[in-house]
Amino acid sequence: MIEIRNLSRLYGGLAVVDDVSLTVDKGQLLVLVGTSGSGKTTLLRMINRLVEPSAGRVLIEGVDTATLPPHLLRRRIGYAIQGHGLFPHRTVAQNIATVPRLLGWPRAQVAARVDELLDLFQLDPAAFRDRMPHQLSGGQAQRVGVARALAAKPDLLLMDEPFGALDPLIRAKAQADLKEIQRRLGTTLILVTHDMAEAVALGDRIAVMDRGRLLQDDTPARILTDPATPFVRDLIGTADRALRLLSLIPVAAIAVPGKAQGAPIAPDASLRDALAECLWSGREALPVEGGGIVTLDALRAQASQR
Amino acid sequence: MARLSPPAVLFALIGAAGLALPLVQFKANRIVPGEGVGLSALPFGLAVAAGLAAVLIAGCAAAWPAVLRLAAAIAGLVAVVLSLGAAASHLTPEGNTLARVAPAAGFWLLALGFGLMAADAVNRLRPSLALRWLLLAGAVALAAGILASGALDGVSVMREYATRRDLFMREAQAHLALAFGSLGLALLAGIPLGIAIFQGRRWRGTVLGVLNILQTIPSLALFGIMIPILGWVAAAVPGAAGAGVSGIGTFPALVALFLYALLPVVSNTLAGLSGVPAATREAAVGLGMTRTQVLAQVLVPLALPVLLAAVRIVLVQNIGLAVIAGLIGGGGFGTFVFQGLNQTAMDLVLLGALPTIALALVAGIALDLAVQGARRGAA
Repeated sequence: MIEIRNLSRLYGGLAVVDDVSLTVDKGQLLVLVGTSGSGKTTLLRMINRLVEPSAGRVLIEGVDTATLPPHLLRRRIGYAIQGHGLFPHRTVAQNIATVPRLLGWPRAQVAARVDELLDLFQLDPAAFRDRMPHQLSGGQAQRVGVARALAAKPDLLLMDEPFGALDPLIRAKAQADLKEIQRRLGTTLILVTHDMAEAVALGDRIAVMDRGRLLQDDTPARILTDPATPFVRDLIGTADRALRLLSLIPVAAIAVPGKAQGAPIAPDASLRDALAECLWSGREALPVEGGGIVTLDALRAQASQR
Repeated sequence: MARLSPPAVLFALIGAAGLALPLVQFKANRIVPGEGVGLSALPFGLAVAAGLAAVLIAGCAAAWPAVLRLAAAIAGLVAVVLSLGAAASHLTPEGNTLARVAPAAGFWLLALGFGLMAADAVNRLRPSLALRWLLLAGAVALAAGILASGALDGVSVMREYATRRDLFMREAQAHLALAFGSLGLALLAGIPLGIAIFQGRRWRGTVLGVLNILQTIPSLALFGIMIPILGWVAAAVPGAAGAGVSGIGTFPALVALFLYALLPVVSNTLAGLSGVPAATREAAVGLGMTRTQVLAQVLVPLALPVLLAAVRIVLVQNIGLAVIAGLIGGGGFGTFVFQGLNQTAMDLVLLGALPTIALALVAGIALDLAVQGARRGAA
């Protein structure tokens, strides 16, 4: 569990982060969203003390991070950034092995961990182990960057705009993969982005920041349906919030018994996908794989403000 | 008609001018003006001249493969050098130790023509890094072999060498000690200084400003100004003279070369470290490396190509500048250059100048190759 208590950071008398308190439960995925200059990156960097707080405390599993030497603290916390920051003079395997080697793991254990992570990120170890970073595509380099951050099995992973340098198609896949891996490993993850769509797609919780203040800290659904301030509402964008809301809910949640014509839809597909399919195929209801149907009326009810 | 290679035509013209001009100069002794002797005036000369002309003309055709071109150029160069040696032994009367046969304009132009042809051929060959190291080693071995064979012993420069063999070796050592010693000192002081001003932005302007001013002082002036300053230090500071400090000699020469070397080392260290991407540095710190680990494992290895480029600049610059040390009794090949100038004995000047040029050339090429090797490692 990560507890951020009354954390502030001043630069020349100006508060970049202003008295922020947050708690992230074990295994949770929290997305920090805000415009540039909102203080979200500074807040993230105070957690692993790349920036020292001016006031306030960060507790990890009850231990005040200020009591640990910064470099030892950072070896326990995964860190991945935009543009991946791979070491260009080291191979993929050496890059991933960075923290285990700093921690003095035995050689064989490091090698096994590297291969395990490459497998996890769908990179064939035999083909990728000895490649140099400049021989990787953007998506591959990004995955190696995340693998490196996870190498020493940290309980907490911090990510700063990890998908910022990827093109939209690869980004969607990378987001889905990350969420899947985070679920599987049970890692607590705090991710910074300026993209509300990314926040909604990934977050168990979303914390919206503006000018150093925490405006709202809530589930994606609550952020979409009940924005705390006009700023949060503007950040969501009014145009497609109904669709974003639908994208959060799986088909299985509103399926009812019944029969319908045409191709079935997967139960874990989102309502947004179901709506798109209804509109595209001109059907009033879709059969759900494994039984039941989802109706256009039910979709409409979910999307409208209650 | 076959297509012509423009650079090869230029080399052929240079070589042709060399064939037309006297190959050597014959002097009754080392000081009197001599008379030129052309290659064709020598008994074996016509055949050699015809062979050289054939290679030069044939080389103009663009269709020649690079390997053949390189082999022909090297053969031509060797033939020209051996002709020089043969001309010397042919022209010098038996038992005469006063007569001198010196290379003349014809020799230099022919050597230049074939040398350029060889360099051009190496370029076209696009050799791998390993092959280029091999070519460099081969060229050095070939030159050493020809010198050791005694084929050139009759040539004036080699006769000057023969009479002062021990002195030459001593001065060669002194020259290398000056060039490499000043480089070593500059690296020892310059790299930490570069790292310090990389981390401490505040001193950057001041340090680089001072080093820039040092760099702009003309070398002779710097050597000159050091004589009274270090002379005073040696006289005024107890123990300084005993430690080797003096106004003239090796010490001021070493100090001057060290000062000239400092700016390239410091500024390249700074440039190399600053060139490391911010994301890479941030990742290194964020993953939990200590300050020293970030420097040793990330920053310095990535800055290495730029650092090696500084070593190249400094070494070539200091091998050349060390000649001036001869003027203030610092030793090195400059000793021969200035002795020769005083005695108007050009052969003696060459005895100092030629090894300096060869040394700078070999050091320059070797370090270029090292820089490329490091680039490849870092890329």
